[in-house]
Amino acid sequence: MGAGHAHLLYRPGDSPVHRLPPQVKVLAALTAVICVVATPRTEFWAFGGYLAVLLAVWAVARVPVRWFAVRALIELPFALLALGMLVFGGTHGALAGWNILAKGTLGLLVSLTLAATTTPADLIVGLQRLRVPAMLTTVATLMLRYLAVIAAEARRMRVARIARGHNPRFLWQAGATARGIGALFVRSYERGERVHLAMVSRGFTGTMPDPDAGAVAGWTWIRGLVPTAAAAGILAVALWA
Amino acid sequence: MGVSLKVERLTYAYPNGRQALFGVDLTVEPGERVAVLGPNGAGKTTLVLHLNGVLGGGAGRIEVAGLPVTKANLTEIRRRVGVVFQDPDDQLFMPTVAQDVAFGPANFGVRGSDLDERVRAALEAVGMAEHADRSPLHLSGGQRRRVALATVLACDPEILVLDEPSANLEPVARRELAEVLLGLNRTMLMVTHDLPYAAQLCPRSVLIDDGVVVADRPTRDILGDADLLAAHRLELPYGFQLP
Repeated sequence: MGAGHAHLLYRPGDSPVHRLPPQVKVLAALTAVICVVATPRTEFWAFGGYLAVLLAVWAVARVPVRWFAVRALIELPFALLALGMLVFGGTHGALAGWNILAKGTLGLLVSLTLAATTTPADLIVGLQRLRVPAMLTTVATLMLRYLAVIAAEARRMRVARIARGHNPRFLWQAGATARGIGALFVRSYERGERVHLAMVSRGFTGTMPDPDAGAVAGWTWIRGLVPTAAAAGILAVALWA
Repeated sequence: MGVSLKVERLTYAYPNGRQALFGVDLTVEPGERVAVLGPNGAGKTTLVLHLNGVLGGGAGRIEVAGLPVTKANLTEIRRRVGVVFQDPDDQLFMPTVAQDVAFGPANFGVRGSDLDERVRAALEAVGMAEHADRSPLHLSGGQRRRVALATVLACDPEILVLDEPSANLEPVARRELAEVLLGLNRTMLMVTHDLPYAAQLCPRSVLIDDGVVVADRPTRDILGDADLLAAHRLELPYGFQLP
């Protein structure tokens, strides 16, 4: 269970992948992406290998391929561009297009895998445990919570504008909307100050408490990093070949 | 046992020069429930923010259960003074109810099973135990208000300070909150415009206007004094009779 739109990318489950501590998953995803990016673009088989590793992870996580396929559509504009290069770019352009297409898609799929098996709240906990600066994780926590509050506020303001006959259809009618966004910014800023006051009143000193923090067993790290090890193996062979 | 809260000759001017408090005196005994009444701009919220040291720098002195509000004591003062803010959306910022309730006590060093027990007890006290794993976004206004109260109860404060607790609540939620508050048996300072709520919850009231205490009497006396109320832009709602 997370805030707001957690269910958009997160798929609740109780698989071994879901149960891994978030910091292990964040690190595994990051290193896997680095492996993909570092692979020479002409080692076509290696990209197939990475995809196979991902398919294995999805099987263990019990998340259907369809789930990822639908969400990967967000990449379509970039994919079309890369495809254009592939078709019209000559040998050199084709390779460049393939490079963008393969690495971009794999990177996206790795991110989607992480997001499908880790709630947004846990992702932040994971970053915090990996010693990402407290300022960044605090900002991310607050964003997670207040994005929905601010969106609701924006919706109410829009309804109130429409209720008074505002019906923007053309660019030159956008003035009221722009002023609405300005008002929303000021309100959000003021809310930020009130939220901070309320946090300070409960003893906040700059770092989020992480009551569940405990050392993760070495065995858990090893298990979590198996896919990364496979990716690293593929990379090693690709570089050596 | 000493007094829970002692405020002596407290003055404060905002950085822009506007003087908000002109010498406030207030004493609250343990177990007392005191309403702070007054029109908009009287200095009520400014007073509240002084009690836990968020604002300071003016003259005067504040003690919470014998401990003076000074920079060196701020952490302990903020544990002792539990402020429930007016808008629960300002107070509840964690992804789940339970995490939010744990935020305060974790900041004050409570860990492990003690922390779980604090969270459970606080949510139980406000009747929200079954919503522990939900997001505050998915709760009603009344439920959010009660969770906001739990986030402060979990810190086990010496004195509970509530800023407009009944604002924006539907009548049923307003009554439910009153029942929760009456059942807590805690020292309470309640800032409110809602005079019937003050009458229901607080035997004693303090009327603040223009940064000074203008009356400190039993709530019934103050609410029965139509001239006093009128002089400070307060009035009972239409049709309301003191019980």
